[in-house]
Amino acid sequence: MNPTTTPGTVFSMPSDREVAWTRTFAAPRERVFRAFTEPEHVRRWLLGPEGWTMPVCEMDLRVGGGWRYVWRNGDGVEFAIQGVFREIERPARLVYTESMMGSEALQTIVLTEEDGVTTMVSSLLYGSPAERDAAVATGMAEGSSQSYDRLAEVLAAAS
Amino acid sequence: MATDPLSTTFAALADPTRRAILARLVDGPATVTELSAPFAMSGPAISKHLRVLERAGLITRGREAQWRPCRLQATPLQEVTEWAEHFRRFWDASYARLDDYLEQMKDDES
Repeated sequence: MNPTTTPGTVFSMPSDREVAWTRTFAAPRERVFRAFTEPEHVRRWLLGPEGWTMPVCEMDLRVGGGWRYVWRNGDGVEFAIQGVFREIERPARLVYTESMMGSEALQTIVLTEEDGVTTMVSSLLYGSPAERDAAVATGMAEGSSQSYDRLAEVLAAAS
Repeated sequence: MATDPLSTTFAALADPTRRAILARLVDGPATVTELSAPFAMSGPAISKHLRVLERAGLITRGREAQWRPCRLQATPLQEVTEWAEHFRRFWDASYARLDDYLEQMKDDES
């Protein structure tokens, strides 16, 4: 990869209960924080692959306040996720629970800024290794082709 | 105890020594002695890790009595990387969109 390009999202598994990922954004963290915490912004980008919309995006941004996202694709398939805000330290840190299909995880987002570039470290902590594995296994349903380059990447990231 | 194949794979991968062993086997088959070399660990301790990896289907052991070279079996890892790929695609696509959207927010701020 050209070292001058954005490195993209780097995923890792820091422990047997966690999944974590890191990404940089060419914007100050105050703006990134707003993009993550104001529904009118969130629903514009948090859409995954092409073809999905976000008809429900509710956030009661205070400790103990709830949030709820619903995505829908062209076939009418819906996918919902919700939780409760636990910590809000604008614009540096956001912690909230995340419930999806019976499993609950704790999501922590930490934003640091240097020279106008924001680095985001996002991690999902599950209650047990089995819960994490069950959650990640649901992602298997879709499957996809991949190359063995990913193997070295996943192993390196997991080290 | 979760018993589906992906959980078994994740459990086997949840140890840094075992990941290092797999990373070594990407380069080709190796004996227990060769695999023990980088670690301050006894042969039996390494053998225990190898049994976990073998049970998870991540490696196979040769039949040759003394050597029993270990080989990487990629299928379970492929399932892990497929999951990682799915997760990655969701976030990569969203963050790429956010890159553009942050520019738009900047214009709206000014």
